[in-house]
Amino acid sequence: MPAKTHVQTTINGEPVEFLCEPRQSLLEVLRDEIGLTGTKEGCNDGNCGACTVEFDGRIVTACLVLGVEAEGKDITTIEGVAEGSELHPVQQAFLENAALQCGICTPGFIVASKALLEQNPDPSEHEIRFWLANNLCRCTGYDKIVRAVQDAAVKMQEA
Amino acid sequence: MTTTVDYERNMVLATKTYDVVGTRPIRHDGTDKVTGRALYGADYDTAGLLHGYIVRSPHAHANIKNVDTSKAEALEGVLAVVTHADFTGDAEGMVDMGEGAPTSLKWLRDNVLASDKALYRGHAIAGVAAVNPHIAEEAAGLIEVDYEVLPPVVTVEQAMADGAPLLHDDLKTMELGEATDNVSNVADHFQHKKGDTAKGFAEADVIVEREYRAKTVHQGYIEPHNATALWNADGRVHVWCSTQGAFAVRDAMAQLLEMPESNIRVTPMEIGGGFGGKIPVYLEPVAALLSRKSGRAVKLVMSRADVFEASGPTCGSWSRVKIGAKNDGTITAAEVELAFEAGAYPGSPVPAGAQCALAAYDIENGTVDGYDVVVNKPKTAAYRAPGAPNAAFAVEQAVDELAQKLGMDPIELRLKNAAKEGTRRVDGPVFGRVGLVETLEAMRDHPHYNAPLGENQGRGVAVGFWFNIGFHSAVDLAVNGDGTVNLTEGSTDIGGSRASIAMQAAEVLGIPAEDVHPSVVDTDSIGYTFLTGGSRTTFATGWAAYEAAQSVKRQMIARAATIWDVDADSVQMEKGVISSTTDPELSMTFKELAGQLAGTGGGISASESVNPQSFGGSFAGNIVDVEVDPETGKTDVTRFTAVQDVGKAIHPSYVEGQMQGGSVQGIGWALNEEYYMNDDGGMDNSTLLDYRMPTSLDLPMIDTVIVEVANPGHPYGVRGVGEANIVPPTPAVANAVQAATGNRLFETPMNSVAIVAASQGANGS
Repeated sequence: MPAKTHVQTTINGEPVEFLCEPRQSLLEVLRDEIGLTGTKEGCNDGNCGACTVEFDGRIVTACLVLGVEAEGKDITTIEGVAEGSELHPVQQAFLENAALQCGICTPGFIVASKALLEQNPDPSEHEIRFWLANNLCRCTGYDKIVRAVQDAAVKMQEA
Repeated sequence: MTTTVDYERNMVLATKTYDVVGTRPIRHDGTDKVTGRALYGADYDTAGLLHGYIVRSPHAHANIKNVDTSKAEALEGVLAVVTHADFTGDAEGMVDMGEGAPTSLKWLRDNVLASDKALYRGHAIAGVAAVNPHIAEEAAGLIEVDYEVLPPVVTVEQAMADGAPLLHDDLKTMELGEATDNVSNVADHFQHKKGDTAKGFAEADVIVEREYRAKTVHQGYIEPHNATALWNADGRVHVWCSTQGAFAVRDAMAQLLEMPESNIRVTPMEIGGGFGGKIPVYLEPVAALLSRKSGRAVKLVMSRADVFEASGPTCGSWSRVKIGAKNDGTITAAEVELAFEAGAYPGSPVPAGAQCALAAYDIENGTVDGYDVVVNKPKTAAYRAPGAPNAAFAVEQAVDELAQKLGMDPIELRLKNAAKEGTRRVDGPVFGRVGLVETLEAMRDHPHYNAPLGENQGRGVAVGFWFNIGFHSAVDLAVNGDGTVNLTEGSTDIGGSRASIAMQAAEVLGIPAEDVHPSVVDTDSIGYTFLTGGSRTTFATGWAAYEAAQSVKRQMIARAATIWDVDADSVQMEKGVISSTTDPELSMTFKELAGQLAGTGGGISASESVNPQSFGGSFAGNIVDVEVDPETGKTDVTRFTAVQDVGKAIHPSYVEGQMQGGSVQGIGWALNEEYYMNDDGGMDNSTLLDYRMPTSLDLPMIDTVIVEVANPGHPYGVRGVGEANIVPPTPAVANAVQAATGNRLFETPMNSVAIVAASQGANGS
């Protein structure tokens, strides 16, 4: 078995250390080594967006990042989106707008939508659709997801 | 992109209102699913868990001469390797996995792990369990399989051609219900017949006859198949998986592993989409065999390529439609032929397609012929109204062409011939109360239908039918001392059914939906419950919840009568208040009485099982606008309205979600999705980049109209909503493309290449 590398990183605001093989993706490390299974695997080749996480301020698909690349980085996963027991406005908007059916794509959509609204607090429908085009949802037809992001934008601006 | 909307984008044409039913509470499992806490199949972990990998055939059609696993078994970190030889027993009999035809146990077993032949690229040959998934994958590469490669057939036309390579040398064609000695790739040919089509066509003034082809497509759920199994030292097998039917998995496992069903416990984890594709077993039996050999729990997860190449797509198909009408629009006769791909083993959805093909029309004279054809592709699985979209793609385009020839509005032509209560379908059944006329009227009256169109735009309409199903469901209820109720059920919640089931119990009890706490439990913990599919869950499991709530209500009334020392007949329970009909002083809320249960005789609970067959079929219709770039053929859906008779929308938001989701799957099938097969019979586009499902950027908002024509066979009028919505989009888009370009496409996908080719053909260039 290949030797493991020691990695120090920050996940959801907390310092985390782990050992991983060079061939393990960040997605595999998050799910299988650290136990953060909220980040989902849909394709393992960057095309579905279910494993979207925030990585030093950018959103990435965790399946296309190696675990060893997490060294010294600041990572936010779906488990770090809510503030304690207080849901993030995007999470609340997904609930209130029925923007999920099976829910497997939902963590990726929420992480991506939160990042959008942090950059662009008042996106147009087209801008929302463009931003979320790397996140596939097979259940909803996206209508209620787009509405949830619009709703969250309004609530975040009011806050 | 700013659009001014001067109409209601999501209409509910309600005919009856209730206190809880028809409202939009937050779903009970919602918080877990927006915080990442909900545990899906692949998230399961347990002490000593091993990871597995499946060796799959690189050939679409091959004899398997030998499988040598010795090098894999010798690799450090490998704890077990299994092949077909690890099954015991003689595999006789049939297995009924639910939605779809029963299949022989031998075929099911061969599909799980091939024995003598590989019948599609991706066919499972062997399984490996190791300490991590990478070692399992390395070990799989050490397994040596000796193949004798055979020529493949991947379409029904290839498979039905004279001299075609045979998938099964013992497959004898059933011909019109009779066994024959003809060995071929056609497993079955059947026919439905009503009246005299020759006479009907003789009466017609206008006849349209065309052939149509729909490509193989995949359900496309975002969560890959997964299964973890533990073959325990006590002989019991425990499976954790993402499945639409925990009991279906249990029963199939019992037959495949030749053990009593009660020795198998299936825990349905949260499921990341299914659409019919997560009914069959693929990984579960292999994980169990690997666990038996290793003595440890084993998890298997498919890659995305495996999902495409080894789990059920729905069928590609060839169809022919001949339809005739009088000048006044009366349809006099229709003939439909449907040849559907079954995949590697018999059992395509052609029976269902044949039932739905002409269901929207009251036709005196009709025939529908169906052919079930094996091809070198993965065994087809159910996909949302399985078979019906293929049939509708043909019939609804023919009807559109008929309307054009008659100079009639396509909705008026459909209304003139619409099936309604009392209509006998060509396949036999007589319709009860159905809502096709109301659906067509809602389409005709919608502002979309007469809205102006821009340059290069065209509008299409189509309708579709799905019959829905009933079957067994069980629900347990228990009243808590604080006045809330625990609800236990066995239906996989694939899109909000915890809410729609809990709401029906809440309505009976007169308490808020939030006061019912639903749990989906394993097969040891609830009565037999048929799978989540066939648009049955809100209908049947909801009905079980209704019956259990009625039992709780009766017991609560009896308890109040005991406390008050009055006759139970003089006590009523309405809107969550228990009161005396004779003494206005005697009244308490559900919550107050719940608090007194422990001290007045003990807790109250109820357990009910139902098996309703009074399901009501659902009709859906679409109005679609497309804009086609005349140079590139790129087609954008610019406006889409989905209309469906759902009987009663228990939770309208999730009903709209079903209609929107089904519509978009249909749009994908119409415009982009296909299994792109190479000459060797392999799929060339088995990634989510190359298999092009719709993204958010490809679509407009999907407007909905919920039509409520109550099903008289359900306490709240529910018909079921999950499936009919995928039936009309493919022909509606085709009709819109024809309206935009003047060219009719007879084949999916109607992508840029096909549209440009059609326009060049039409221009003679």
